[in-house]
Parts: sequence; structure tokens; C-alpha cells
Amino acid sequence: MSARDRILARLRQRTDGQLVPPPSDFSVMTGRAWTPSERLARFEQLMTTAHARVVHTSMDAWTSALREVLHETGVKRLALGRDHEVARQAREALSGSDIALVDADRAVESWQAELFHRVDAGLTSCRGAIAETGSLWLWPTPDEPRLLSLVPPLHLAILDAATLEDTFFEVVERHGWTERMPGNALLISGPSKTADIAQVLAYGVHGPRDLVVLVRH
Amino acid sequence: MSVETYTPQRFHEQAHDALGNAQIRDNFRSAMDGLMAKRQESFAQWDLPRLRELGASIRQRALASLPDLLEQLETRCEANGIHVHWAEDSEQACRLIRELCQSRNAQSVIKGKSMVSEEMHLNEHLEEAGISSLESDLGEYLLQLNEQTPSHIIMPAIHLNADQIADILHDKTGIERTEDVDLMTGAARQQLRERFMQADVGISGVNFAVAETGTLCLVENEGNGRMTTGVPPVHIAVTGIEKVVEQLRDVPPLYALLTRSATGQQATTYLNMISGPRGDAEHDGPSEVHLVLVDNGRSTIYQDDQLVDTLRCIRCGACMNHCPVYTRVGGHSYGTTYPGPIGSILMPHLQGLEATRELPSASSLCGACGEVCPVKIPIPDLLVRLRQEAVGEGRGNVAGAGVKRRRSEVAAWKGWQWLATHPAAWRGATALAGPLRGLTPSRLGPWTEHRSAPKPAPRTLHAMLKRRHRGGTSS
Repeated sequence: MSARDRILARLRQRTDGQLVPPPSDFSVMTGRAWTPSERLARFEQLMTTAHARVVHTSMDAWTSALREVLHETGVKRLALGRDHEVARQAREALSGSDIALVDADRAVESWQAELFHRVDAGLTSCRGAIAETGSLWLWPTPDEPRLLSLVPPLHLAILDAATLEDTFFEVVERHGWTERMPGNALLISGPSKTADIAQVLAYGVHGPRDLVVLVRH
Repeated sequence: MSVETYTPQRFHEQAHDALGNAQIRDNFRSAMDGLMAKRQESFAQWDLPRLRELGASIRQRALASLPDLLEQLETRCEANGIHVHWAEDSEQACRLIRELCQSRNAQSVIKGKSMVSEEMHLNEHLEEAGISSLESDLGEYLLQLNEQTPSHIIMPAIHLNADQIADILHDKTGIERTEDVDLMTGAARQQLRERFMQADVGISGVNFAVAETGTLCLVENEGNGRMTTGVPPVHIAVTGIEKVVEQLRDVPPLYALLTRSATGQQATTYLNMISGPRGDAEHDGPSEVHLVLVDNGRSTIYQDDQLVDTLRCIRCGACMNHCPVYTRVGGHSYGTTYPGPIGSILMPHLQGLEATRELPSASSLCGACGEVCPVKIPIPDLLVRLRQEAVGEGRGNVAGAGVKRRRSEVAAWKGWQWLATHPAAWRGATALAGPLRGLTPSRLGPWTEHRSAPKPAPRTLHAMLKRRHRGGTSS
């Protein structure tokens, strides 16, 4: 018998007999009933508390807001995708600027050192966001790979205000995560941080030191 | 600094030392006070009783069909391209992971935080086989440099202050000495980034394993978990068999309970949900993902209707943050991988009551741990149960049961029982207690170290009342 079979056999032949599962009442996870402005205010407040920056902009003018943020943060090399509408518009707006655009949609082995050492910021879209916890919802894709939101010292996330929802539970339920789980699903609620040294908060211990969320209205 | 070895057998000695160490006491007191306040604040807008009820029901439901869910998890993971392995004990699990590393010619492993790997002593095992194994959680990294073990399951280096950490980083990594936390953190970032890029294998723990979708959930703030599971070509996740949950919808309530109970956060920086290796079209992520399911005593705990509640634990640490004993003696005093109340009800099963006999008694039974437990584990009841197992007749499923049973104690209780059920003998004995009170000992072990010894009153209450009833004056 294998280790697997022995473990399962022990669990199946339980001395005290079959356990009875209690019912689960999930209603405590729903019914927040926030208005869009309450939702947004809560999201912004939590993100700001977590040391992230929230910039409000419009669907039309967001690339100028992006240019401003890039200028303020001194970004010289920006990694981004190519296919997503966010990446396409950003590329168009930044072509001819003094910011070098680094393709993120290629095998990481071919540019790992560059990604780790020479990229100032990673730009990603967001599938949505969660007001209750101040979290961004990202599903990395070949166009916007897993490490794009993690390795560069600055993560720029482009979020559409309309995709902000109340709770994580509702996002999982409404968007049918169960049927569509990708290889990697992420919630991101601020820049990388630690309090492991004497309980003092420090940012950017492994991932981005800064997170800027551009909210497109 | 020398290698420190703490053992549960030396609990009293270690606790005594910790109590005499003002710095340890300050560090824990201030940290635990902060964590308790933050937890309370973070639940302010919640119907906490209902949320805890939901959390408990999710864990109980998972345990009720544990073997089926483990099989489902295996099927789903394999379908997603995650290889599943099973290990009955620490040794098997270590060997399995070592062989996975060796078959890929791995020289260096980078690790995300994993308590089960601490339980298995995986680092030592890999190092013995010539494979370097580096912790990447900042606290764990500092402890590994300093050859220490964690003193808290969420904040492993909570016993160290900035001054000591400055020494560790300076002495062990050669950086210029600084007590500036940002500079120290930045230095560790530089050192660890190189190691992430060079690592052949990343090893992580798992917070929740979802049977329905074959998803491994990792909860963290630092991003080292995402690095560990995203940068090296091979990812090995290792977890206890009890970490499985039935459905994806079970994750949001447990995540809500975990982050708030642990550190008072509405959410951690990252919730990283892994359901497969790098896909055909993907450009990063590990090309191989393995899941190692470790039993190591859990299936034995599972047999008993009361003890099974131990397996609900989601490793938030709230019980230790609220424990008046833990706060005073610190994590190392327990001498076990898991300290505090949860450790005192878990470690006896992993190491046997022989080694851990002091732990179930390392509690005042104040009830705080049970009150804050996000999944409503009746920790005080379980502590009492293990105390009973320790002095009982040695039957049942707990290894080392009966280890504290003393014939003299059993005889004393039997004698008392006989006396209390024989009125004439009882009256005779109590009548003698007063006149003979001078003969009772004035030294009674630890009790009289700081207190005077109890002595019977000259006359019993019964005798005094009888006298008063007869019309005499009370004296």
C-alpha cells in the first residue's frame, strides 16, 4: 500500500465514526449595499492607508495622467504588454517620449536580468477591484505576465471605476471564478511590505516599493 | 551568537529565563498589545459571531469529508498540471522533496514561509544533502542567519529588536551596520533578489487548498511568496492534509478571518492563488508545480471526535497574541515549532505527551484563546482534555498518554474519595485537622516559594455553626 492509500484508509476508517458537516450561512459575506461613491471612497481610503497612491482620471485623458505619474516618479524604463487596450493606448501615448518601453510579453528567461535590475516600473490592467478590502483583482496573462506586477520597484495599475465591486466573495461568485480559474489569480492590496524588523512597517521588501492606481472614470 | 536549542522538556527553565529577560518581555508585551488592538479594530464593522460561525462551519465541513476532498484535490490538481505527492511523516516528506530536487540537479532552494516545513526540519535535511535552502520571508531570513527558530508563527523574529537585527545583518552579511529599518530591509531585498534569480527550486507553504478547483492559496504581505512560486523553474508547495477546503467560495470568509485575526489587516498585500504551472502561451511562472500533502500525525488526531477540532486551525496566531502566558514567556519557551495555545494542543500529537507533558498545563485556562479563535476551536477544553490524557490510564489515541500519572496522586485522590463518601470517617478526620494543624508542612514545593503555606483553621466551619446554633457566641 502506498503512503497515499494508507493515509486515506486511516481517514476513512475513523474510530469515532463519520463526522456530520454543519451548514454554512454565507449571508454575512454579502449585502454591503454601498453606493458607487461610497465604494470608491472606501477603496481609496484603504489603498491610501496601505501606502498606495490613487489617481483619478478619465477614460479619455488617462494617458496624460499616466505621463504625469511617470514623470513625477522618474520612470525611465517601463515594462508593459502589447495586446491589452491599456498597453496599446499607453504605447501610443508614450511613443516618441524619453521613456523606454520594455516588452513584457516574452519568455522571462530571455530578459530576467533586465526585468530585475533595469526596469523602473511595470504597467498592468486590472480585471476589477474590491471596495471592502481595498484590493485589485489581476489575472496575469501572456500579455501581462505574473512577474510584471511584482518585480519592478513601481507597479502602475490601471483600474476602471465601473469594475469596482463590494466584496471578494461577490467577485468570486458573480464572475464564475470556479469555472474559469487561471494558472495564477491575484488580489493586490498595496505595495510589498513587512513589519518583521521590530514591528516597523517597511515597504518594498521583495515586490514593488510603490503602487499607483490610476482609476479611470 | 550561539545556536540556541529549545525543547518542550525544558519549558519551565526556558520560561524562567524568558521571564527574567526584560527585553524579551518588552518585545512580546508591546507586540501583542498592538496586535490585539488592531484585530479588534479590524472586525469593528463585522458581525463577528456570525463570521466566526461561518469560518468554523467551513473548516468542519472540510474535515467531515476530508478523505474525499483530498482525492478531489488530487484529481483537480493533476488535471491542472500540478503533481501531487503524499507523505505519512516528516521523514518521508523531506525525502520526497529532496529527491524531487536531486532529480532536477537542484543546487539551491529558495523558500517562502511554511510552518509545516519548520515542523519537518526541511532546511536541515536539504543542507545535509548538499542543497542550500534559503528562507526568503524577512523574519525567517534573519533567523536563519542567526541560527534561530521562529518565536511566533506569523511574526517569526518578534523576539529580536532593531539593534540585534542590525548586528545580525552586519555580522552575517557584511553590510555596514545600521539600525534604520528601511536600510536594513533594502539590504535584505538586494541579497534575496539575487538568490531568487539563481534558485533552482522554490518551496512554499499553502494557506488553503481548494478541492473544487485544484487551487493553492498563499496569503502574504512581502511578495516573497509570489517570488518563490513565480521565479524558479520548479515550485514545490508543501502542506498538512488538513488545509483543504471544499469550494472556492469558502476562501473569502477564511481569508477575511485570517488576515484580521493575524495582524488586523483588512487584506494582506497579496492573495496568490495558484492553479497550475506556466501555461503553453505564458511567458513566466514555474514550468513544474508539485504539491506535497503531509500527514505527520494529523490522521491520528482525526480519529477522535473532540481532538479533531484541533485540525480546524488556519494558523492565524490570534490565540498566542491573546494568551497571557505566551505574552510573558515568549515563543521560544515552549521549545516547539508551534508555540502558544495552538502549539500546546497540537504538539502533544506531533511529538507525544512524553516530550510535551508541560505544554497543556502552560495555560491559566482564562479562555481568551477560545474566544478569539476565528474558527471557534475550543482550545481551553482541548487543553483540559490533554491534561486528563497526561494523568489518565494511558488509553486512547494520544501518544504518551498517562505520562504524568503518579501512584501517590492516584492513591491520594482515592483516599479523599473514600473519606468524602464515609460521613463518620469524614467527621473524625475534620475534627482532628484543627488540633493537629501544627503538624502540616510549611514548605509545599513551588507553592510556598512566594506564598505562605495553607493551614487548617482551628475549628471547622461546621463546628462553629453548630456552636452558634446552640446559642453560644461566635468567636
